[in-house]
Amino acid sequence: MTEATHTDRAPKPWLTVAAWRRLIRDRPIISLIGLLAVLVVASELARPGIVSPEWAGVILRTAVPLAILAGCQTLTMLTGGIDLSVGAVASMSGFVVATLVSGPGTPAGIVIALVAAALAGFLTGIGVGVFRVHPLIMTLGMSLVVLGLANAWQLQMVQTGGGTPDVLRWLGSGSFLGILPHSLLVFVPLAALILLALRRTGYGRLLYAIGDNPIAARLSGARAWQVLVVLYVISALMAAVAGFLLSGLTNVASVTLADSYVLPSVAAAVIGGTSIMGGRGGYGGTIVGALILAVLSSLLSSLGYPEAVRQILFGSIIVAVAAAYTRITSES
Amino acid sequence: MSAATDTVGGVRSRPADAVAAWARRNSWTIGLLAFLILLLVFTKVIQPRYGVPGIQGLAISVLPLALAAVAQAIVVISGGIDLSIGSMMALTSVVAAALMEGQSGEFAVAVVVGVLLLGLVVGAVNGGLVVVTRVPDIVVTLAMSFVWAGCALLVLKTPGGRAADWLKDLIAGSLGSEWFPRAAIALVVIVAVIWIPLRRSRLGLSLYAIGSNQLAAFRSGVSVGRTKILAYAFTGLFSAIAGLSLAASTGIGTPVPGPYTLMSVAAVVLGGVSLAGGRGGVFGPIIAVVILQLIRTDMTFLNVNTNLATVAQGFILIGVVMGGSLIQMRRARA
Repeated sequence: MTEATHTDRAPKPWLTVAAWRRLIRDRPIISLIGLLAVLVVASELARPGIVSPEWAGVILRTAVPLAILAGCQTLTMLTGGIDLSVGAVASMSGFVVATLVSGPGTPAGIVIALVAAALAGFLTGIGVGVFRVHPLIMTLGMSLVVLGLANAWQLQMVQTGGGTPDVLRWLGSGSFLGILPHSLLVFVPLAALILLALRRTGYGRLLYAIGDNPIAARLSGARAWQVLVVLYVISALMAAVAGFLLSGLTNVASVTLADSYVLPSVAAAVIGGTSIMGGRGGYGGTIVGALILAVLSSLLSSLGYPEAVRQILFGSIIVAVAAAYTRITSES
Repeated sequence: MSAATDTVGGVRSRPADAVAAWARRNSWTIGLLAFLILLLVFTKVIQPRYGVPGIQGLAISVLPLALAAVAQAIVVISGGIDLSIGSMMALTSVVAAALMEGQSGEFAVAVVVGVLLLGLVVGAVNGGLVVVTRVPDIVVTLAMSFVWAGCALLVLKTPGGRAADWLKDLIAGSLGSEWFPRAAIALVVIVAVIWIPLRRSRLGLSLYAIGSNQLAAFRSGVSVGRTKILAYAFTGLFSAIAGLSLAASTGIGTPVPGPYTLMSVAAVVLGGVSLAGGRGGVFGPIIAVVILQLIRTDMTFLNVNTNLATVAQGFILIGVVMGGSLIQMRRARA
C-alpha cells in the first residue's frame, strides 16, 4: 500500500489486489459496467439470441425515465437529501398534460405541468433549505399534497380527459429504425448537462460541498438554502420530464403512474455509487445503475420467474451490490 | 418514573416539581393529546350524531397504522429507519390468513405465536444486514421491502385466506362500556405488555443511547450492533402484530403492501420522535395516527372532497415539522 502511494508517477504495479481495489474504489463506474456486461451475457445465455439491437432499444426505452428519476435522487443525495416526491410529481405532470390536450393544447399543457412541478419543488426547497425539515419528511409530505391535488383535479377534469398527446407518445415510445428510442433526444442533452454541471460548474461543486460538510460549506460562504431551493426545483422539473416520457411510454395518464418508480430510482442511484449520506457519487454511475436495473428486470422476466421471485432477487441484488460497494469504498 | 425524578441528587423535591418535570419532558405528547381532544369536540359539534359507532370505527381503522407507527418509532428512536414495515405487514398477514384458513381456533393460537416469531426473525434479518453490511439503514430496508413483499406474493398470489374468528372478535365490538372499543383496548394492552417493560429495561436505555450518540454509547459499554439488531427485531415484532391486526380487521390476508410504511414515518415524526434518533416515545406517534384519521373523518362530515383530505394531511405533516424546527432554531439562537 505505502509503496503504491509513493510511486504515484511511476508505472503502477498491476495485478496486485490493492491496485485493483483502488481502481474499483476510485472508478466505480468500471466495475458497474462490468456488472452490466455480466448481466447482458447472462441474458444471452438464459435465452440465446435475445440480445439484439431491438432488445437494446427496448432496454434503453424503459431505462431512460428511470435514469431521469434516478438523476433527481442523485442530485438530492449528493447534498445528503432524498426526493421521495418524484413519483407524485412525475405522475401529476403526465396527467395534467393529458387532461389539457383537448382544451388549451399540448404546448400549454406542458408549460402548465412544468410550472406546477416547479412550484412543488420550490416549496420543498423552502422547507428543506430554510426550515431545515428533514428531506425525507418534506418530500413525503409534498408527495401527499401533490397526489391529493392531482386526484382533486382528476375529478374536475373527468369530462374533458384527453389522453396522452401524440408528441409525448412519439417521444416516449417511438424509436429511430426500431432501435434508438426517441426519448434519447431528451435524455442525452439532459444527461450531458448534468454530468458537465456536476463536474465543471460552481453550482455542481456546491452540491458536493454541502453534502460533504455543511458547516465547512457555510463557512466558505456557500448559501446552502439558495442552493437547496434551486436543487429541489431542478429535481421536480426533471421528475416532470420523466413523467412526460413515462406517460408517452405507457400511453396511460394516471395520478399514480410513476409511483412504482420511486424506490427503483433510489436503488439505481445507490447501485451507481452515490452515497445517501451525501458528498460522494455522480450521474455517470447512476445511468449505469438504471441500465443494470432495466437489464436485470428484463432478465428475470425472460427467465419466466413469477413476480414474487423477481422481487426477492431484485431486493437481494440491491443489498448485495450496496454491501460490496460499501466494503470496497470504506477501505481507504 | 416519579421515584427516579424525586431523588435526583439525593434531594427530595416536591411532587409538584416532579409533575412539572414530567410535563416538560412529555410536552409534545401532551400537546398532541390536547389537540386530539379539541378535534373530538369539533367532530361532535359538526356531527352531533358522532358517538359509539364512530369511535369504534375510528379505533378499528386506526389499529394497523398505530401498530406500524409503534414499530417505526422503536427503530427510529435507535437511530435507524425501516422502510420495509409495510412489506413485513403484508408478509405476516398473508402467512397468518393462509395458515388459519379452515383450521380450528386452537391451531390459530399456534399460528399467531408462529407469526410473531416470524416477525422477530424477519426484523432481525433487516437489522443483521444493516449491522453486517454497514450500508445505510434506508437503503437496506428499502431493498428488503422488495424481498419481503416478494415473499408475501409467494405465500398468496391474490388476497385470500381467512383469519380465525376469535382473532376477528378480539378487535370487533367493545368491552365493558360500549365507549371502550376492543381495538383500542388491544392496542393499549399490546403496548403496555411489550413496550413499557422494554423501555424501562437495560435494553430500552441502550436503544435511546445508540440513537442519541452511537459513539458515546459504544464507549459506555453498549454493544451497538446487538442493540441495533434487537431494535429491528422489535420493529419486526410490532409489524407482525400490525399484520395480524390487518388480517383480523379485513378477515383475509393481502399480499400487496399498503401505504403503511410511509404513513408510519409521517406518524412518527408528527408524534415527536426525532428522525435523528434518541428522542421520543411510542404514545406520541399513536396519538398522531388517531389525529390524522380523525381529520379525514371530519373532512367527510364537512363534505370536503376526500382527496383534499390527503392534501390536508400533507400540509399538516409539513406544517407541524416546520413549526417544530422553527421552535428548535429559536431555542438554538436564544
